[in-house]
Amino acid sequence: MKKFLAGVTALAATAMIAAAPTPSAAQSKTITLCWAAWDPANALVELSKDFTTKTGIGMKFEFVPWPNFADRMLNELNSKGKLCDLLIGDSQWIGGSAENGHYVKLNDFFGKEGIKMEDFAPATVYAYSTWPKGTPNYWALPAMGDANGWFYRKDWFEKPELKKEFKDKYGFELAPPKTQTELQKIAEFFQGRTVDGQKVYGAAIFTERGSEGITMGATSSLYPFGFKYEKTPGKYDMEGAVNSADAVKGLEFYKSLYKCCTPPGYTDSYMGEGLDAFKSGQVAMMMNWFAFMPGMAKDEKVGSKTGFFVNPGEKVAASTLGGQGISVVSYSPNRDEALAYIKWFANPDVQKKWWSLGGYSCHNSVLNDPSFKTSQPFAAQFLEAMGGVQDFWQEPAYASLLQAMQKRLHDYVVADKGTAKEALDGLIKDWTETFKEEGKL
Amino acid sequence: MSKLNEIADRAAGITPPSLAGAVRGLSDKSIAWIFIAPTIILLLAINIFPLIWTIYLSLTNYRANRPNAELKFVGTEHYEKILTNPDIWAAMQSTAHFVVWTIVLQTVIGFTLAWLVDRKFRGHGFWTTVILLPMMLSPAVVGNFWKFLYQPQIGLFNYIISFFTGAEPSSFEMLGSVQLAPWAIVIVDTWMWTPYVMLICLAGLRSIPDYIYEAAEVDRASNWRQFWSITIPMCLPFIMLAVLFRGIENFKMFDMVNLLTGGGPGSTTEVASITLKREAFEKWRTGFSSAFAIILFVTVFGLANIYVKALNKVKSR
Repeated sequence: MKKFLAGVTALAATAMIAAAPTPSAAQSKTITLCWAAWDPANALVELSKDFTTKTGIGMKFEFVPWPNFADRMLNELNSKGKLCDLLIGDSQWIGGSAENGHYVKLNDFFGKEGIKMEDFAPATVYAYSTWPKGTPNYWALPAMGDANGWFYRKDWFEKPELKKEFKDKYGFELAPPKTQTELQKIAEFFQGRTVDGQKVYGAAIFTERGSEGITMGATSSLYPFGFKYEKTPGKYDMEGAVNSADAVKGLEFYKSLYKCCTPPGYTDSYMGEGLDAFKSGQVAMMMNWFAFMPGMAKDEKVGSKTGFFVNPGEKVAASTLGGQGISVVSYSPNRDEALAYIKWFANPDVQKKWWSLGGYSCHNSVLNDPSFKTSQPFAAQFLEAMGGVQDFWQEPAYASLLQAMQKRLHDYVVADKGTAKEALDGLIKDWTETFKEEGKL
Repeated sequence: MSKLNEIADRAAGITPPSLAGAVRGLSDKSIAWIFIAPTIILLLAINIFPLIWTIYLSLTNYRANRPNAELKFVGTEHYEKILTNPDIWAAMQSTAHFVVWTIVLQTVIGFTLAWLVDRKFRGHGFWTTVILLPMMLSPAVVGNFWKFLYQPQIGLFNYIISFFTGAEPSSFEMLGSVQLAPWAIVIVDTWMWTPYVMLICLAGLRSIPDYIYEAAEVDRASNWRQFWSITIPMCLPFIMLAVLFRGIENFKMFDMVNLLTGGGPGSTTEVASITLKREAFEKWRTGFSSAFAIILFVTVFGLANIYVKALNKVKSR
């Protein structure tokens, strides 16, 4: 009996030792970060190696192409999936994700770890972290600043014969435009022209129907012309704001830009199609996110020939906001490790490296550094753009609001249905119905 | 035989008395129920229950992305909204255009191809295989592949049209034009699924006994008369079956159209299933989309039933 007991004890002890967490077992823990599949995601993979080296926590990545990103990730959150421990979700998702309990509220964690929101650019904190908007309730750490900007063929703009012809025709210099009107004139000038033996077109702009493309593109004209979502912020009084005379002019302008100056077949184009057109030398200018500028500047074929400019103003200076905050998914079984990543990511040194690798840091220590503006050919433009960004609704019902705008804009701009005023009136009708369903009107 | 009886007796001997008693007490009907019960339970679980659940959801304000929100009974509100919504009717019109034209073209071309292949010319086996290739491809591949063919600057389709008409290849956009896009999706579906109709028609043609044609020859019926009095009537049930299959399939068409146009330009090619997907999985209006799904189900089910009755009448002639 004694032998039996001794044997059982030895067996139990062995089992307990085997089951106990050892340092090596803790180090082998892995967390998954979900984001869109694009250039900055590659930079983040590189950056995150330092996190693994420092903490021993492994990193896995789930990157989804932009057109499917919202569908895929919102399905994941709605089904309370455990795929993502960390999610760099779009700014518009924050309302829904906060109210539906998908994201962990980070206020206590920030307080405990000494992470201050004052250390980040105010526009990014407002857009990427807070819900309700502007209140000190934080659901994400600003991770990737972004706005819609412009890429242009510097080498074409510098051709003396083209400069002269342009000046003679339009009466101002062929240079990065200062207004939307100038932008269209430049696009018109290049449309159908032969440059370096190839037929080229004016501009690649966003016209995509399925996800968010045409909304992000058209708002880059609507905002500078004076479009507003509400007359009084937070009151949902859209009549006279969404369909104001300025908004109508802005939408008419976007349609005229699409009609006059885009390459044939640009009826359903977003980031990828724009990049293809620009890199293949088809267009003189391309609307696209700042996030692609580091990659473009390094491009072997067109990098040295490419210049960048901020979205031109018209009545006001304004750019469409992109970018995202990083959040901890509340269904994650690895919450502590995910929070450890946020803490590490908020470190100013990490933020500096993030910018150097091609990510857009929102940390003041990076943005306010005297050398920042000259650190990259698009850094000064980025600062300027972030000073005037405007974002789409961030309401929990943002998907319905976005789909309504996609439909109304595509119907008017691409399918030639109705007038700009009718499109915006219809949009108010759709949005009013959504807000009524939401109990906000 | 005695050996078999011996084995049966031994098996009966080792069967526990309670079980033996229980089985002995069951009627044939009960045993039949025991055998079909798993199938019925499975059918209820994967077909009937979801249908009833969808009907229930269609009467509520439920949203799948807000499972904790208060659930309200809204009665027939969603049904009323759908039936009075011009956008939904526009989607139904797009669907009807797509269904009608694909069926007409696929039936005419499919039957013609079947009739030609049935001539049994030299190499007809090879050509049958070639004709069948498109329907073996995945709709996702077909969608992407035709998107390139329709590209106005580099697409082969535009160049072929340009070759025959003299028009500039980039002067028209098959997928970006409001006038052409509905036809662009009809062309692709016809290219892909005509072989399927052809196969069914071929089966119909080969089922007609030769002696009927021989009798017609004896009666000096012309080829034209034989075609209209023998071939078409005897093949009609097969043609109608092909129309039924393609009609049901195309009424719920999603993948190929979504890849080709995404419903655009504007909402020109937004067929009902794309609208349904947007309502259900982009706007997350689960109650509303459930009502829409029920309306589509009733429409397809009703039309298919009427059609099947007509088909049975034709067959019984």
